[in-house]
Amino acid sequence: MFIDPQRCIGCRACVSACRECSTHKGYSMIFVDYIDRAETTATMPTVCMHCTEPTCALVCPADAIKQNEDGIVMSALKPRCLDCRNCVNACPFGVPKYNSQMHLQMKCDMCFDRTSEGLKPMCASVCPTGAITFGKYQDVVPLRRTKPVNVHVFGNQKVETKVFMMLPSETDAVEVNGTVVFESREAMASGSGVQAESWIDTQVEESDKSNEF
Amino acid sequence: MSKVEHLEKIIEEFGPHLHDAPDGGWQADRVIDKVVPTHCPYCGMQCGMNLLVEKNRVVGFEPRYDFPVNQGRLCPKGVTAYLQTHHPDRLQYPLIKRNGTFERASWDEALDLVVTRFKDLQQKYGKDSIAVYSGSSLTTEKTYLVGKFARLALGTRYIDYNGRLCMASAAAGNNKAFGIDRAANPWSDIPFAEVLVIAGANCAETFPIINGFLWQQRDNGGRWIVIDPRETGTARQGDIHLQLKPGTDVAVTNGILNVLINENLIDQEFINTRTVDWDAVRDVALKYTPDVASQISGVAAEKIVQAALLYGRASSGMVMHARGIEHHSNGTENVLSYINIVLATGKIGRRGCGYGTITGQGNGQGGREHGQKADQLPGYRSILNPEHRKYIAGVWGIDESELPQAGVSAVEAFAKMREGEIKGLLSICSNMMVSLPDINRVRESLERLDFNVCIDFFMSESARYADVVLPGTTWAEDEGTTTNGEGRVIKINQAIDPPGEARRDWEILQDITRRLGRGQYFRFTSPGQIWDELRLASKGGKADYYGITYEKIEAQDGVFWPCPTEESKGTPRLFEQRFAHADGKARFHAVEYIGAQEKPDDEYPLILTSGRVVYQYLSGNQTRRIKFLVDQCPEPYVEIHPETAMKMQINDGERVKVESRRGEGVFPALIVKTIRPDTIFIPYHWGEQLAVNQLTNPALDPSSKIPEFKACAARITKIHSRELPILGRGRKGASLSEVRKGE
Repeated sequence: MFIDPQRCIGCRACVSACRECSTHKGYSMIFVDYIDRAETTATMPTVCMHCTEPTCALVCPADAIKQNEDGIVMSALKPRCLDCRNCVNACPFGVPKYNSQMHLQMKCDMCFDRTSEGLKPMCASVCPTGAITFGKYQDVVPLRRTKPVNVHVFGNQKVETKVFMMLPSETDAVEVNGTVVFESREAMASGSGVQAESWIDTQVEESDKSNEF
Repeated sequence: MSKVEHLEKIIEEFGPHLHDAPDGGWQADRVIDKVVPTHCPYCGMQCGMNLLVEKNRVVGFEPRYDFPVNQGRLCPKGVTAYLQTHHPDRLQYPLIKRNGTFERASWDEALDLVVTRFKDLQQKYGKDSIAVYSGSSLTTEKTYLVGKFARLALGTRYIDYNGRLCMASAAAGNNKAFGIDRAANPWSDIPFAEVLVIAGANCAETFPIINGFLWQQRDNGGRWIVIDPRETGTARQGDIHLQLKPGTDVAVTNGILNVLINENLIDQEFINTRTVDWDAVRDVALKYTPDVASQISGVAAEKIVQAALLYGRASSGMVMHARGIEHHSNGTENVLSYINIVLATGKIGRRGCGYGTITGQGNGQGGREHGQKADQLPGYRSILNPEHRKYIAGVWGIDESELPQAGVSAVEAFAKMREGEIKGLLSICSNMMVSLPDINRVRESLERLDFNVCIDFFMSESARYADVVLPGTTWAEDEGTTTNGEGRVIKINQAIDPPGEARRDWEILQDITRRLGRGQYFRFTSPGQIWDELRLASKGGKADYYGITYEKIEAQDGVFWPCPTEESKGTPRLFEQRFAHADGKARFHAVEYIGAQEKPDDEYPLILTSGRVVYQYLSGNQTRRIKFLVDQCPEPYVEIHPETAMKMQINDGERVKVESRRGEGVFPALIVKTIRPDTIFIPYHWGEQLAVNQLTNPALDPSSKIPEFKACAARITKIHSRELPILGRGRKGASLSEVRKGE
């Protein structure tokens, strides 16, 4: 799987299509965020990155989160899940959600029901621009002018993932340190009543920002 | 008398209500009886999709990977489209308005009333006292039938359709320049263009699926020049963005042409052999130096030069535009000025070289070809041309003298209702109380009518004004063809039966013809039979569908018209050898900058422009009921640049009053740097107090009669929340989510 934020048009087709997957009907496991709507129309999809050493599985006291032979990190096994939400809080990407009705952690399993039958996952099937692309490394990368990166550095934690980010620059890793703010943004915010985040970000992403269904 | 009383009760009964699950809720273990390959009901891309049917209910979709246009890709509207088929708001039986309240009626009762009232009015005031107003989200079969219905069953000259609000100016410009009205290239040509000029088209929100082709072009090393007053998603992703003042396209295009001439980047041989009238265009363009163009448009002169050099030096390139340049009182001239650039550089009629307007409505192309337009007969024939009249009269089995003369365009027809000349209306597939400009006047028109009938499958803002509402069908309950934005005729297939007593639109119209005593001309028992008559009616016309059969559409994944014979496979790319004018040559048109009819002044210092968001389709009658889509964009807002906002001390999210000479509305401010400081933007999909069309200018383009949605003078004023007028339970201008939170 390849994520190219440059191509994302923020349409949330992936979010709506994710709900159609029969392993989690009606619930979407994808988030699309405005980077900063006051500055730009840019948006960014977040899917499960399927870490090679998944933090969610490492912190699970019940060993309920398993990887399959392809390295796909599955949703928590229902009989084992203890409702502790360690995984929900520990994931550096903020992906898993807790379903309080079903007492279960839920996350993307890369449409296991579809991929096991040779079909593309729902999000990558519908994505209009190829911002989310499903395919083999050797089939996708040569067609693109962006660089595949699958190392993420969160402060002291380094994470390697099965999902690649397609980046325009020559960076070897995605580094996340503190909050990134547009340079002109701070000046603007102090001068007028502009809030830290555009209201539309908050309104639309209300459900995304909660880690519960 | 068609006033709306008891609005709250109507909303309570018929919505819009938010609904967000397939019939019976989300279930993982459905047993799917059949998978029906069909297309999305929404925009002009007409993406392929499969509908999953369980016990005569559409319960999901599956990507249709094998359809070449979208290869499985869909936007969020497409993904959730199936949720409208069993929406609780669906109209399931005929309604008659009595004492201001809609009451359930039988089909016989409702149709008898319609026919009696129509006959009365026509007897008293003449045939032309009834108007028909249609739409282009219908299948081509239905649009053909609506045209025939108006001319033959009612015998009225007054028929027009909502395509007039869509791209009438592009059609007029194409006909003038090329002699035919269709996109010149299939979209599969896009990846082969070195440079794309995308003007007034926010593909990221309005045609999400075309982005697949755009990014393929980019992966091939291509560049984009985007011309738009806002830094839209598409503009952000492009290479050069010309952020012009709304309505100043002609200055920019003439400026580009000026650079092309001075840098000797024009194709003189192409101009000499394949076009006429170049000299006048050259003389005009020479006046628009980059500095002159910059002064008018507000785009830096260097950027105009850069754009001209990029497009001019490329060995291939395509120009595409949409409503942004077309919704103007000089829309046709805007279109012609872009065509001038294409013709001057000879970049047309080859792979990767071409031009096209991107059709907005699902069947915007097919719906404007076969006779539901005021002055048109099937096959893109003219009702003013004696030969054409004779041919169609022959197909219909009537005497030519029985055919009415040309009517008037949409906005003009609604003026005639206000003036009392038109007394009755049958509308289908249209929500004019959202989509027409200056809706306060449209309301007067509807209230003035003696009798108003509406065919729809949801109670739209406009249907509320009707005396009789007849329940029609969604796309999943009928079959027929549509023609997508590239001119590809595709087939919509039936997945389920209509719910309740709802009936297919063509059956409803035919029932009315029988009761009017004109049933002998309407003996169709299936859309296929209408199609066969349409094929014959279009034969020999500009839009020749004669050789297109349902079987051929299926075998070829669609057929590009013209397709004049049964052997023909259709024509994906136009103008390879010749243009469609009699002499085979394209026409240049010299155009001078005029600009919007209403320009900003001291009283109204800002330019208001309107447009769309990705989560809603047109007037929103279908999409404003689907919770997922509404959650993403629950209400319209006004985009204001921080400089302008700071001057007026307006905060992000604060509700502000936006006024024009025609009306006012209250909208939350979205303070963004992506818009020009002299311009504000409001998306248009909502009705009543949330409609930007309370403010827009109904000024018409003289050749195409398209209204000026994209530029009018406006002002914004800060208001205090205590001044917000109360409306029903919610405050005026309050969002759905706010109302819900307050409950």
